Amino acid sequence: MKYMLMICTDESGLEALSPEEGAAVLAEYGAFWEEMTGRGVLVGGERLRPTSDATSVRVREGETLTFDGPFAETKEQVGGYYLVDCKDLDEAIEIAAKIPGARLGTIEVRPIWPM
Amino acid sequence: MTPDVEAVVASAFRDEWARVLAALIRTTGDWDLAEECAQEAFAQALVKWRRSGVPRKPGAWLTTTARNRAVDGLRRTRTGVSKLEELALLFPPEGTGAFEDSGITDDRLRLIFTCCHPALSFEARVALTLRALSGLTTGEIARAFLVPEATMAQRLVRAKRKIRNAHIPYRVPPGHLLPERTSAILFVVYLLFNEGYSATAGDDLIRVGLSEEAIRLARLIAELMPDEPEVLGLLALLLLTDARRLARVDTRGDLVPLEEQDRSLWDQDQIAEGRRLLEAALRRRQPGPYQVQAAISACHDAAGDAASTDWVEIAALYGELLKMVRSPVIELNHAVAVSMAQGPEKGLRAIDVIVARGELEGHHLLHATRADLLRRLGRNDEAAASYCRALLSATNGPERRYLARRLAEATSAR
Repeated sequence: MKYMLMICTDESGLEALSPEEGAAVLAEYGAFWEEMTGRGVLVGGERLRPTSDATSVRVREGETLTFDGPFAETKEQVGGYYLVDCKDLDEAIEIAAKIPGARLGTIEVRPIWPM
Repeated sequence: MTPDVEAVVASAFRDEWARVLAALIRTTGDWDLAEECAQEAFAQALVKWRRSGVPRKPGAWLTTTARNRAVDGLRRTRTGVSKLEELALLFPPEGTGAFEDSGITDDRLRLIFTCCHPALSFEARVALTLRALSGLTTGEIARAFLVPEATMAQRLVRAKRKIRNAHIPYRVPPGHLLPERTSAILFVVYLLFNEGYSATAGDDLIRVGLSEEAIRLARLIAELMPDEPEVLGLLALLLLTDARRLARVDTRGDLVPLEEQDRSLWDQDQIAEGRRLLEAALRRRQPGPYQVQAAISACHDAAGDAASTDWVEIAALYGELLKMVRSPVIELNHAVAVSMAQGPEKGLRAIDVIVARGELEGHHLLHATRADLLRRLGRNDEAAASYCRALLSATNGPERRYLARRLAEATSAR
């Protein structure tokens, strides 16, 4: 069963970190990656550039419309994701709780819709 | 021949519905199909039992009938066939116990844990529990929660969809999750009881039935998890509280405060059962909030009249409870107990601490309690003002009548 774990945090909070704090967080993510790779549940995952670098695209009446910024202005934004393949929702929740971002923001757990 | 098959089926429904459904969900992995087939099995029972008599083991008959229907239904579709093959692999014949995470085998336990999974909204947990475990119809649940039937149906559909799509496991959680998940199911039952109990004096009998349902569920959970002290504590709490139900309202349907209740109306058998359960729980020496609340209720039940209530003990128990659960409502109850043990002056001081924090502002009990203490201190003007504020936020009819009566008394005593 595949799940997307979306790491939703307040970007401004991350920017406010000192270089040492930032390095510490990165190290935690490194450890998480190692642990989950070892467990064999990790399918993929990436960190995303902040929403200030985001472009939103819509097609209306055949015309492509582009906007600067994220699709919705919210306090927390998706800053990265992991794709995991695990047993059930309980395991997905357990993995999500180990993502360092879970302590600062929210991890949204979304089951992948098999097509 | 059986004279009244309908009554037999109705009673089998009460006793066996959850068991039949729980077994079917495990074997088919499909909640809707399981529900449909369980319902059909009960419908068939009405016909067949009338014709050929009630089987020796009605529960087994119902489960087998429902399971056969499910297998027939699955065979008819192509996806069903592959599902059946998959199921044969997934679920070996009963009794092998290969899938037991916690060594507990009853399917109904899996059902309860799944219905009360924390990934479901709280409303969904309550609705699913009543549908799956208690066998209430969607219409009955909707009426109990005062929402349109279509809303409740939608809520149940959504919950079942999430269980399926998000793969909420159908199991008793493993040891490390068990305490957290157990308190989640106990909380559902506790709130269900309160929904019904606070409506005891209300105008809707269906809501009152929720308390009975909660007690049945608590009994079931206690039967399935007899070694969990908090499970026993909750059942004890519900029994010890519900024992006073008849005395709680007068003939006009008005609320009677504990101190004015006719204690001969209290159900002594139920109190005795509650005390036995509480003692069994306490012997395990793992105290928890439900056990402490049950102990408080037992203190009230033990007093032959209001004056002999052991308020010192009750105040101490509320103090213990506050250490386990920080909640302004418990703080309020603690303040009441303190006022009874050490005088209204002390109690009022404790309540004003809550008022100063601005908590429970819209809660009628805060103002009603404050008003009662002021009345006892003879400060009738302030008491009247507090009764007014309490009336502004009280919604339950009998409670409002009680407050209005006190307001009139305080006003005339000025």
